[in-house]
Amino acid sequence: MTEPTLYELSSQGRPGFRFPQPDVPLTPLPEGFLRKDLNFPEVAEVDVIRHFTRLSRLNYSIDQGIYPLGSCTMKYNPRINEAAARLPGFAHLHPLQPVETVQGALELMYELQSWLAEIAGFAAVSLQPAAGAHGELTGILIMRAYHQSRGDSARTRVLIPDSAHGTNPATSAMSGFQVVNVPTDAAGNIDLAVLRTLCDATTAGIMITNPNTLGLFDQNLLDAIALVHQAGGLVYGDGANLNALLGVARPGDLGIDVMHFNLHKTFSTPHGGGGPGSGPVGVAKHLVDFLPGPIVEIVEEGDEDMPPLFGLVQPKKSIGRVKTFFGHFGMFVRAYTYISMHGPEGLRAVAENAVLNANYLLARLRSAYKVPYDRTCMHEFVLEGRWEDAPEVIALDISKRLMDYGVHPPTNYFPLIVHDALMIEPTETESLQSLDAFADVLLKVADEAHQSPQLLKDAPHNTPIRRVDEVKAARDLVLCCWVPEAESN
Amino acid sequence: MFVPHSDLDREVMLKAIGAKRLEDLFTDVPKHLRFPKLDLPPAQTEMEVLATLNEMAMSNLSVRDAICFLGGGAYHHYIPAAVDAIIQRGEFLTAYTPYQPEVSQGTLQAIFEYQSMIAALTGMDVSNASHYDGATAAAEAVVMAYHNFRGKRCTAVVSQALHPQYRQVIRTYTQGYPGFNVIGDENTAGDPLAEPESLLPLITSDTAIVMVQYPDYFGRIYDYTKIGEAAHAAGALFCVAVNPIALGLLKPPSDFGADIVVGEGQPLGIPLSFGGPYLGILATRKEYVRKLAGRLVGETIDSEGKRAYVLTLTAREQHIRREKATSNICTNQGLVALASTVYMSLLGRQGLRQVAELCYHKAHHAADRIAQIPGFSVCSGAPFFHEFIVCCPKPVEEINDYLLNYNILGGYDLGQDYPGLENHMLVAVTELISAEDIDAFCEALEEAVND
Repeated sequence: MTEPTLYELSSQGRPGFRFPQPDVPLTPLPEGFLRKDLNFPEVAEVDVIRHFTRLSRLNYSIDQGIYPLGSCTMKYNPRINEAAARLPGFAHLHPLQPVETVQGALELMYELQSWLAEIAGFAAVSLQPAAGAHGELTGILIMRAYHQSRGDSARTRVLIPDSAHGTNPATSAMSGFQVVNVPTDAAGNIDLAVLRTLCDATTAGIMITNPNTLGLFDQNLLDAIALVHQAGGLVYGDGANLNALLGVARPGDLGIDVMHFNLHKTFSTPHGGGGPGSGPVGVAKHLVDFLPGPIVEIVEEGDEDMPPLFGLVQPKKSIGRVKTFFGHFGMFVRAYTYISMHGPEGLRAVAENAVLNANYLLARLRSAYKVPYDRTCMHEFVLEGRWEDAPEVIALDISKRLMDYGVHPPTNYFPLIVHDALMIEPTETESLQSLDAFADVLLKVADEAHQSPQLLKDAPHNTPIRRVDEVKAARDLVLCCWVPEAESN
Repeated sequence: MFVPHSDLDREVMLKAIGAKRLEDLFTDVPKHLRFPKLDLPPAQTEMEVLATLNEMAMSNLSVRDAICFLGGGAYHHYIPAAVDAIIQRGEFLTAYTPYQPEVSQGTLQAIFEYQSMIAALTGMDVSNASHYDGATAAAEAVVMAYHNFRGKRCTAVVSQALHPQYRQVIRTYTQGYPGFNVIGDENTAGDPLAEPESLLPLITSDTAIVMVQYPDYFGRIYDYTKIGEAAHAAGALFCVAVNPIALGLLKPPSDFGADIVVGEGQPLGIPLSFGGPYLGILATRKEYVRKLAGRLVGETIDSEGKRAYVLTLTAREQHIRREKATSNICTNQGLVALASTVYMSLLGRQGLRQVAELCYHKAHHAADRIAQIPGFSVCSGAPFFHEFIVCCPKPVEEINDYLLNYNILGGYDLGQDYPGLENHMLVAVTELISAEDIDAFCEALEEAVND
């Protein structure tokens, strides 16, 4: 089943893609700057198509079945999104064209900005950030700029619950802040007593994921936000789990000051095997002027005869640019399409059914797996992937065994506060049959863990490859198709 | 709406949960804020939405219906049909980041091949799995240098001929680092087109990184050997931002001693798409691999000894290292990197050389023709690749307005970013521009001045 690399498929002199001959007089090439060689594979188009088609078949994807990765919101990616983004009037626009020639694109961005602001309860949105973590960086730099603009330079610490995604502390550190851990209480909420002791004049803010990564709506949320605000800090909302809140609650109404959206989670743009994402940032009124620019605004009001003129504007105290041009426009088209097809009721139905699906799975699995924080969950929940009476089995073994049954494993070993965590997010696009089939497999694997644990330890058995040697990969670093020393240009 | 449940399904599920109504699942949400009414347009069907979007798209001027001389970091190249055919395959399109290697070998091997070709193209040992775009890759290179010297070197020296937006993003990224300065592009001497050697006096023992662009923002090709030597003599890292198409023709930046190569990968088979999603190239020498941001795929074996690929050196990354990670990056540009991998493998060494030469010859022909138009001159002043500076007899905006009558998108108005370059247009020419297009452009330019 091993697929040769492109380099192994290569044959010297094999014709590849052909371009037309020059239709202009030739100019001497710049001597002294010319490349002598380039170690690229030489393959024909048919080789390329077959190679990548064969590779694709080694992947698991949502198009094949349930992909219940917690906090990743792997929902069905509607195909109309792809068609919309490929309309020539969207796909083939140069970002530096005069604004008069791109009014349709700017209108789409303007509406998406305002829809996202409405959905999450914010005063304004910048679409520029490229992904969730990039949105976090943007948001934390906005918080920093806000404090600085008030001469409040003593605020050097960002509070982060211990259930947070790794991007939260990494982002805060990258923005020059010191990270302070906030523990979770026995009910799975932010520990208010500890939070109270941590909030002071050095608090720049807190980064909150809500629902948190246990899949729970934090019952202390309003109190926690009030504590941080009273101390003069700001509240960052990690929008990774927004799918549970569409039409259910608006983060801005809850008191969150700044939040990123993940268009590639909540709004159905495809993950593409690791991107591109899109991480717009929404802010409350007092932070609007700090947004990264440019953002789209109406620069000349329209009337009955003339449509308004959309233009690109830099917010007054902007933290600056976080990316070239305006962000991942292709993803904006997809998210715009998705929101258009749902409307307000449809978005609420997304959240409701996502939560219904998670609770249904939880109900079916509770008998066989320990639920460390057991209460009504939101769009996801966390199980323990271990049993006292099956001591050799760990969460990783369960994950690998699931693959043998043709389903993708949940997120494992996260959140860090649950031992051998299995974090399950089915999303709203799984049918009852699909959920039942997944639950049946998980129940069967729990049974196998007790009856024949070696089956799990040796899993997977039926996948293109068996368990990989990760230690060897890191020890004998091979990061390209040849050994660098042997290469010369 | 993509929820597959019938009402009966929902009833069965609620019963299993032990809830009466869907609303009962949301009692943890503060009651006074629960179920807000969202002021959004009502739901539309696929047919209706597509009609609306089509109308919006049609109101734009697509570069396919125009003759496009805009560049400035994004280029209109031909994309072979096979590229989109591959990236539309659901197995690539709808997979997540390949955390579970046993069911992700397709994505992992494709990234490994991407890393290989980017390493070959740039002359570096290691490429990451991709970054967001050229500007953020440049900013990560600066962050990497800052951490490489543990915050003890507090200056980045950047060329004023580095893309203006890259420089802006570098400044945004580094605003949290106390005392960190980005210098070299303030144009104290008053010449925005000064030779790269003007950076030499700025390189000191406080310099963490020196960054230049190749070809530079104005399209010019310089030998950066001296800059690289000066950076290394001062103990700093040397970073070169590249256009990957140009590297099909030009010698790699490793020849100048680059430690890090960054670049915008959009020209490698990625549609213009009004500015994104694009592809950040970030590659380095092997001694810096542990300082590199982003995902890396390594080769290994499975438990039966078969070759396999897996995400490796994850101890650099946020999900393991949290606040001690080299970067916060998580989701990157997987599918875009795949598109570029398909593009590079379709073209191969010869195809990439051919497209680069086509761009070069057509750009030079266009420059020769424009230089003959009364009032216009080409003032690049150095060898250039496929982009050059045209000094115009009147404001670029006025000329471009006139060109639009002929559906010609004129070059970028450099005066917007460079005081001193008012009336200067940055013209890009790719293989998609024909000799007739160049004729039409020249005629229209001549008319525009006489208008």
